[in-house]
Amino acid sequence: MEYIIERQHKFSLGLKELIRYRELFYFFTWRDVKVKYKQATLGVLWAILQPLIMMLIFTLIFSRGLNVKSENGIPYEVFAFSGLIIWNIFSTGLLNSANSMVTNANIIKKIYFPRLIVPMSAILISLFDFCFAFVIYIGIIIFYHQETNWLRLLYCLPISLFLTVLTTFGLGAFLAALNVKYRDFQYVIPFLIQFLLFANPVLYSSKIFEKGILAMIMKFNPLANAINLSRSAFTNTPIDWAGVMYGTLVAVIILFIGVYTFRKMEAYFADLA
Amino acid sequence: MKPILEAQHIVKEFFIGSSQEPYLSLRDIISNPLKKFRQPPKQLFKALDNVSFEVMPGESLGIIGRNGAGKSTLLKILSGITPPTSGRIICRGRIASLLEVGTGFHPELTGRENIYMNGSILGMRKWEINKHFDEIVDFSGVESFLDTPLKRYSSGMQLRLAFAVAAHLDPEILVIDEVLAVGDAEFQKKCLGKMNEVSKSGRTILFVSHDLSAVSTLTSKSMFLENGVIRCIDKTNTVITQYTSRQESESLIEFPVRPDLPTVIKVEMHTSEKGMIHSFGHPLAIEFGIQMPEKKYENMALSIQVMDHLNYSVLYNWIFDIEQPILRSPGYHTIKLEYKNFRLYKGNYFLKVHLAETKTKQKFQVFDCCSFEVEMLNRKEPEWGWQNNVCQYFDDAVWTAGKNQKIQDVKTL
Repeated sequence: MEYIIERQHKFSLGLKELIRYRELFYFFTWRDVKVKYKQATLGVLWAILQPLIMMLIFTLIFSRGLNVKSENGIPYEVFAFSGLIIWNIFSTGLLNSANSMVTNANIIKKIYFPRLIVPMSAILISLFDFCFAFVIYIGIIIFYHQETNWLRLLYCLPISLFLTVLTTFGLGAFLAALNVKYRDFQYVIPFLIQFLLFANPVLYSSKIFEKGILAMIMKFNPLANAINLSRSAFTNTPIDWAGVMYGTLVAVIILFIGVYTFRKMEAYFADLA
Repeated sequence: MKPILEAQHIVKEFFIGSSQEPYLSLRDIISNPLKKFRQPPKQLFKALDNVSFEVMPGESLGIIGRNGAGKSTLLKILSGITPPTSGRIICRGRIASLLEVGTGFHPELTGRENIYMNGSILGMRKWEINKHFDEIVDFSGVESFLDTPLKRYSSGMQLRLAFAVAAHLDPEILVIDEVLAVGDAEFQKKCLGKMNEVSKSGRTILFVSHDLSAVSTLTSKSMFLENGVIRCIDKTNTVITQYTSRQESESLIEFPVRPDLPTVIKVEMHTSEKGMIHSFGHPLAIEFGIQMPEKKYENMALSIQVMDHLNYSVLYNWIFDIEQPILRSPGYHTIKLEYKNFRLYKGNYFLKVHLAETKTKQKFQVFDCCSFEVEMLNRKEPEWGWQNNVCQYFDDAVWTAGKNQKIQDVKTL
């Protein structure tokens, strides 16, 4: 085995190395999951309680209070939860991955390993939470006697998840890299997430925008498409595959920009952090 | 045979600008886009300047040098943590680096969990950790606390566990930075033994330390770095001699002459070893050169205090004119102080010199100089090693253990 340590001149994804260090994904995720729930008395129960409580609050405010309509007469609870389950992956994943390089600075300064592992495994934690939320999701569907196209759920949800993770990772890697250099992003990210919650059809239907610039944005928005896709099991309307394509395209572009920025700045993390 | 490690013209530059912060804030850029032009140009600092060396398989290289010489930067480049500005290193084996013990330890996780976490961060595969798990636990001696969160461990236990994991890394090249500076003497010895074992088994160690004796036991070849440049690279003993003789000049302190006041213009300390290292129990001499002005003084006094690392005086010696006439005529005088066998215990000390007149109580000079180190060389080491800071003065004494008192007498008390 012979290799050379020198200044990186050309861009590479470093996939080979990522594969060599694959076990670290598991260990980073495993550590964060353990630590996250270790000190809480209710432990993993929180993974269930969080989306459930959010759903109840949003139902109370938006459906009962503001009279926001869901789609095709779906109970608002089911409607909100189907959006939140995707949204939570994005919001916690983005927050964790954007801060991940800074929180792990002490390790980064002392040991070498492919740095992309850090923001990546930060997202895997929210996928872990998703598994619990999914059980509740099924429970809610049954509880509200929601008519469901189970086949659609079976193939739409994975695509939707994939799209979400792709977007989260691209944006997360981008923000994580910038966060090392400009700590301001630590304060910007919560605002960004709050803004995006309302910019995405989590709590309202994307159908409310029929034409114009907002409808266009919804069409190209990967997250909006992911949410719509996860809901398509209930709406029984044709799936907007064109939108999914556009969304995937945008997600891939975000991913490319994010990973490119990250890889370019990566070498100097130890000097900056 | 090809070298396992070939460093070619390594340069590492840092910008040291006016900005104190290592990271920028957006505000600086947004609020002041012109700042860049107004700021004085940032200064370029070369942490490493054209460093080239080779290490053959199975050879161990010590890296010595003062703080800021570039040792840690070199290790960081070797471990891939930061890239060189220019130059390259060709490696023909897996490098594992140990720049800190316990990297990635998490206080909430248990000892067992931390072994896995730390091991995998250091580059071990899960099966490798499984394979070595019992040895690691054994070496660390914390088996009864394996399922206790790390935060309940004493710092000594954490350290032992951390080193135990690192000691079972299996790379071709092991890069170690000053990790032995911590921990108790017994454990340090155990670690050193383990590292010795590793280097004997044919693997390559790159070892940075301030502990010269550790460097000399572990490595046969060493490099002396100074201000980012290799001063010399040779057999360890040769390099250590070079390194210590560089510091020799510190044994001689010179002050400018003051024409109208008595002045100590020279202090020279003769320690038994080079580099201001004194071997316990050996003769120690200090020479003073004093310039006296035209005016006559008849009550001069010279005294020295030997101060320890905490700035406490541990030894005091004086010479007064009243007892023995000194410094009575103008011109240059020398006064010599000799200890037949200097019995201060292992540690770091320095001199505080006082020059005064006893009658008028006028002090002419008080200054610190000649920091030196006492080592317990050529003395039989006790079982637990020579520990630091157990005392300042050390002397041989005879113990007699008797057994006179009858047990009944004790009982009747």
